[in-house]
This record gives sequence, C-alpha cells and structure tokens, in this order.
Amino acid sequence: MARLFAITIVVIAILSAIPILRHTWVAPEDISTHGALIDEQMSETMAEAGISFLAAQFILAFFVWKFSNRAPDAKLKKFPGGAKGLVIGALLVVGIEVMALGLFGVKAWANVYLDAPSANAMPVQVQAGQFAFYFRYPGVDGKFGGLHPELINEGSQNIFGLDPEHDVDARDDIVAAEMAIPVNKEIHLLMHAKDVGHSFFVRELRVQQDFVPGLDVSLHFTATKIGKYEIVCTQLCGLGHYNMKAYLEVMSQQDFDDWLKKQAGQ
Amino acid sequence: MHDMSAPVAHQHAPPTSFIRKYVFSLDHKVIGKQYYGLALLAAYVGMGLSWLMRFHLAWNSTAIPGLQFLSASGAPGGVMTPEYYLQLMTMHGTIMVFFVLTTAPFAAFGNYFLPIQVGAEDMPFPRFNMMSFWVTFTAFLVLMSSFFVGDGPTLGGWTQYAPLNAIGSVGGPGQGTGVVLWAVSIALFCVGQLLGALNFISTTLDLRVKGMSMMRLPLSAWSWFITSCIGLTAFAVLMPACILVILDHVAGTSFFVASGLVMNDQVLPHSGGSTLLWQHLFWFFGHPEVYIAIVPSMGIVSHILLANQRKPMLSQRVLIYSMGALAVLSYMVYGHHMFVSGMNPFSSLVFSFPTLVITIPSTIIVLIWTFSLYGSKLRINSASLFSLGFISMFVSGGVSGFFLAQPSIDIMLHATYFVVGHFHLVMGVAAMFGIFAGTYFWFPKITGRMMSEPLGKLHFWLSFVGAYCIFMPFHYLGMAGNVRRYSTFVDDFLQPLIPVHKFITIAAFVTGAAQLIFLYNLFYSRFKGAPAPDNPWEATSLEWSTATPPPFDNFGGKHPIVYHDPYQYGVKSSVGDYVMQTSPEQVETEFEEK
Repeated sequence: MARLFAITIVVIAILSAIPILRHTWVAPEDISTHGALIDEQMSETMAEAGISFLAAQFILAFFVWKFSNRAPDAKLKKFPGGAKGLVIGALLVVGIEVMALGLFGVKAWANVYLDAPSANAMPVQVQAGQFAFYFRYPGVDGKFGGLHPELINEGSQNIFGLDPEHDVDARDDIVAAEMAIPVNKEIHLLMHAKDVGHSFFVRELRVQQDFVPGLDVSLHFTATKIGKYEIVCTQLCGLGHYNMKAYLEVMSQQDFDDWLKKQAGQ
Repeated sequence: MHDMSAPVAHQHAPPTSFIRKYVFSLDHKVIGKQYYGLALLAAYVGMGLSWLMRFHLAWNSTAIPGLQFLSASGAPGGVMTPEYYLQLMTMHGTIMVFFVLTTAPFAAFGNYFLPIQVGAEDMPFPRFNMMSFWVTFTAFLVLMSSFFVGDGPTLGGWTQYAPLNAIGSVGGPGQGTGVVLWAVSIALFCVGQLLGALNFISTTLDLRVKGMSMMRLPLSAWSWFITSCIGLTAFAVLMPACILVILDHVAGTSFFVASGLVMNDQVLPHSGGSTLLWQHLFWFFGHPEVYIAIVPSMGIVSHILLANQRKPMLSQRVLIYSMGALAVLSYMVYGHHMFVSGMNPFSSLVFSFPTLVITIPSTIIVLIWTFSLYGSKLRINSASLFSLGFISMFVSGGVSGFFLAQPSIDIMLHATYFVVGHFHLVMGVAAMFGIFAGTYFWFPKITGRMMSEPLGKLHFWLSFVGAYCIFMPFHYLGMAGNVRRYSTFVDDFLQPLIPVHKFITIAAFVTGAAQLIFLYNLFYSRFKGAPAPDNPWEATSLEWSTATPPPFDNFGGKHPIVYHDPYQYGVKSSVGDYVMQTSPEQVETEFEEK
C-alpha cells in the first residue's frame, strides 16, 4: 500500500503539471503596455513553484516507497544532512527565491499603481452599482460635472446624479453603458461606487481593481490592441453579481472620435 | 498500561446525573467529544451545501428534487435562484471555517487530549470550558436559524464585506435579519473560542506534571498551545467587529457605511463610515484563522507520523520554532487579501514581503516532516496514510501561495477560482486530513474500540484522489480568469470552462460519498469495533500510558511523572523499540536532540 501511495502522488503530480506545461487553461493574450511584466512574473513564479511542487511530492513518494513496512530488524538511519542542513538550505534557497520574486514584482506593480498617469492621459469615469457599470466622459470642456447622489434617478436616466441645470461642467458630460477607448492612448480610470463594493476586471488588460464605496480610486493603463473585451465584477455585490458585466471596446482614434460624437448626440 | 508509581492525586468524584455527565459536563473529555460531535454535524451540513452548489454550477437550470422544501422562494420547483446559491455558499464557508476547521482539530482533539498529554486531571477552569462549548453550540444554532427566519441566510459570503453587510435588507435577500444572525453567531463563536484559548494556555503553562518541561510536550500539545495564543488575539478582534456590524443594523450607527451611497435611487441614511475598516478588522482575524485551522493539524500529523515511523523527528525544536514563526507572521500578512481592495498601493508591497517570508517556516516544516521519514520504519495504516496525505495536500496548496503573495500577480488571480483552490487545499482539505488522521489514531483511546482499517483505507484513497480531482482544476479555472462566487456562468469567456466544472462536480459527489464510509466506520466501530488495547500503536506520550478509555480523572488517582522526551522511538527498551514518557527505564538513543 505504501508503494501504491508513492505511485499515486507521482502520477497526481505529473498529471497536475501537464495542463500547465501545455498551457491548456491560461489567461488570454495581453493587450496592455504593462501586462508583459505581470505575465513574466507569473511565468517565473510558475517555474519556481512548479519545481518546488514536483520536488516535494517526488521526495515524499520516494521516502514512503523506500522506508515503509521494513523488516523488524532493519536498521534506522539518520538523514545525513540533519535538520541544520535543511534549515540553512531552506533559508538560502527559499529566502533568495522569495526575495527575487518580491523585488522583481515591485516593478510590475509600480507600473500600474505607483507611477502617476501622464498629464495627457484620457480621463474616463466608471460608476459601479448593483448590477451594472456606467461610464462617463468629460465632453468637449474636458471637465467632469459634480456628483449629487440625491439626484440619482435611473428612471430619468440620471445615472451619475448630475445637475446640468446648475452645473455648467456637467452639461456636456457623456454617459454610456459601454466603455470605449482609443487604442494606444493612456486612460486614467476614475472609479466610483454608487452603492456597495464592486470590482473592475478585464483579463486581457491585466487590470483588476475594487471599487470602494465612499472613496474614489483610480488607475491607469494603455490598451494596445483593437477589439471587444468583457468587463466583469469580481467583488460579491449581491444577487445579480454573476451577471454584472459590460464591454470594453478598444478602437482606432478616428472610430473613437466618431463613437464619442454619436454618444454626445443621444 | 505502564505502572507509573506516582504520587496520589486529589480525586474528584465523577458526576452521576445524566445532565452533569453527558450534557453540562465539566469533564474536558466529554467536552472534547461534544466539540467533535458538533464539528461532525457541521461538516456534513457544510458538505451537503457544497453538493447543492456544485450541482447548480454544473447544471444550473436542472431541478434538485426536494430543494423547494428547504426554501420555496430560494428554489422554486427545485431550481436554485442566484441569491439562494449565494446564501448556501455563505453558509457553507461560514460553517466549514468556523464550526469544522476551528472546532475539530483545535477544540475537539485539544480539549480531549491536551490535559492528558500534560498529565493533568482536567483544565484549570472547567466551568469556562463547559461554557465554551455551549456558547459555540448556541452560535451554531443561531447561524442555522437563519435558514428559517425572514428571507433566509445572508448572501454576502463568509467574509461579509462592507457595506453590503451593514445596509440592511435593501442590499438583497438575507442582508437584514440574515446578517444580524450571522454576526451574532460569529460574535458568540468568538466568545466560546476565547474561553477555550484561556483554558488551553493555562493548562499548558500551569498544569504540566513533574518532569514535563515545555520541550517535553508532544508536538500536538505545542500546536494547541500555539493555536490558543493566535486565537486569543484573533477572535478578540473579530468579536467587536461583529458587534459593530450589529450596531449598524439595529442602532443606526455607520461604522462600515460611507456617506452618500444610493440604493434604489434613495440615499442611504448612513454617513461617515469606512468600508475598508471592515476588511482590515476581518482579515486581521481572517489570516491568523488560516493558521488556527492548520497548526493543530500540523501538530496532530507530526504526533501520528512519529508513532508510525518509529524514529524521532529530525528536530522537534525546529518544528516548534517554525510553528511559532507561522503564528507571529500570521498577523503581519493579512493585507495580501486586500492587494486590489483600494488600500494604499504601498501597503500592498509592505504586506507582500512577510507573505513571501512566511513560506520559509512552512518550507522548513515540510522538509522536517519529509526528511524525518528517511531511514525510518514507516507503518502504513489509515492514520499514517491521512498524515502523509496531509503533507502532500499542504505542499500542493502551499505552492500556490507563492502566486497570491505577489500583488502584481494577484491582479490576475484575485477573486478567481485559483484562490478557492489554494485555500481549500492548504487549509480545508489538509486540515480535514489532519482531523481524519487524528480520528483514526485516537479513536481507540477515546472509545476503547478500534476503527475498521479496510474501511479507513478505502476512505483515504477515495478522499485523496477525489480531493485532487476537485481542487487542482480550481487552479486552472482561476488562471483562465474564472471569477468565484458566480451562481451561473454567463460571460462569454467562461463558457469553455463549464465542462471543467462538470468534472469537478462529479468528483465532488464521489468524494463526498466517501465521507459516508467514514461516518459508517465511526458509528459501526463505536459499537462493534474490535476491543482496543491501552496502547495499540506502541506510542510514547501520556495518553497511551493511561487506561482505555481514560478514567474520569485521567490517571486513576495518580499524577504521572515524566522521565523522557515525547518521542523516544528507535530505542531498545524492555517493551520494544520505544520508551514511554512515564517510564523510569533508562535507554540509550542515538536520535536524542540536544
């Protein structure tokens, strides 16, 4: 039975590694300027974690195979390296490994979260509410109107609670149920929750960020490939959470300008 | 049973009334069995809920016969609604984390065996101990009552993020009364565990018998002691947090609800609260809770492996220090649950560092276990199989922690099935394997009967292979971006992943069915199992030096005296290849740790 155990964990370990090696289930192709670093970090971590996983399972299997159900008079043996060798080895190998991962990972994180958006990044506001995303563009004046929660009324399509009657900046604000952005243009996404916690996740963009009710959160990214991508909510927000989604359309600058004009005319 | 020649201890008369003997008992052993019974009940309820959830995820428009009788509105015609899925999911997580993974390895086994392993008659505060169980039991009843009150249990997940947990029924079904019942239940649970932790710590520090120095404590006793220290501070934070949630519901406060939030076109009457405050309070408890669940199983598995490998650990000290390091670091890593929460992004980098560092003591523990097997004479039985399975599962779940410790990678994996696979393997399945190992190992001592080994091994093989079939694919789903907590997969990119979900569901049914074998074995062996000798495993610690089952005062009116380290295997003594802690016989061993 010990040998069966050893064979089983070796088979499980190998079968577990096959989908990883064959890239059977992986994230879709990256369409952002910052995503390559994240993907690289993921690959390096996969290599290190994969080797650790296989080595640990194989050694366990080998020892169980070799040292189980031995004869009563078989001699016990001490592991030659002793505990000290293992501890020093773990401190060195794992310590260096985690330090390296930690330090290299800083750059990938900093690209998204620590570096400020450039001055000419295009601002887009996204509002999350049960169970839809809405997007706002500042219009030709380049300024967003103020938000007035008490004016929010979905029936009259005042989704953001704008007050165009008294607020000049709000008059040309453009509100849409889908997000469109020009390709190769940096976007400064201003995130705002209407009711409870939500999240903004676009796999292809390598972007995931929670909305924090009562707190404005922002991030910036640049999409590099024209196409239509799904935006989904990843923060449990209520009964319709599974169905809270919108689309991101990355388009050429010309198409984007036409789209914006069309939205402004509606 | 070894003759201890020890001084006569003060004798307490055992209770005679049914109520005092079996219900409101002060005996730590009865309380331990009560905790085990509660955990067993909770585990099967939690597993039943997971079956319902898995069925729905694979075949979401198919009726589950009879489900409508559990909730007519939640499952009209037996087809689960999205909100009912979330309610069952929340209850599954809450029941499993609190009432199974915390109660069984820590409160159940710890209550039964910690006093015996230190040589005590009982815990120092038996009334607190009794209260600890009954408060926990009441907490379970309060939680379960939410199935039958108002519009059902809360749907907010076991993490109960704000402000959904504090805005009342406007947030959805179960967000009013359901949340209040959840918070009352968990606050009560915290009280129960705080009382328990107090008893465990004082038992370990104050009630050790002559000769039982701290370094002579068995590793299981060390793990319960370390877990008590974690619990004392972790539950002390969660309890007030739950009280604040209750106040937000019933007293008009706004601890967790910010100003200007709008539901149904109406501005909520709350202002000034912080939604991130809840996450900080919750995860300050939540991450140490991972170690509250797993450290006792680490100790139990070490204890069992040593008895079966017939050779001491490479270093017991290193293992103890590593478990201690896990406990200390567990408070410094909680922010990795919040990398993309909106907290200051610098904080993410700060929390990432100790999260990566915690892999070092974890690795050392795995290496000590594995390389202690080298040159051993390993005995294969149900208990040792589950212990070896524990190591395998802990490694498999642990390596995925490398990914989640890094903020940049967490951008892709946060809130996906990768996280679900990670924590199910490393703290769920691994801890369950520790519970099973402990059950097969200590059942003879508790009941006086042996469990069926063939059934135990069958249970192991189905559980081991089954758990891998369920939880390894979770990682693949997460890597492909499969978001967790969805009741139905409507997104285009999720459609190709549905066959994987069907495979997982079938595996979950088979693995779940294997747990019925365990249940049968447990009850059959209790009444029909072969009579157990006092020390069937030829083990060395104090629980094996007393009668089976132990008498009311544990050692039959005597205080044992301890002469040896806890794991003197691989020696030549008058009884075989081991010497018991209570034996004055002097033996020579080349494995003694200086």
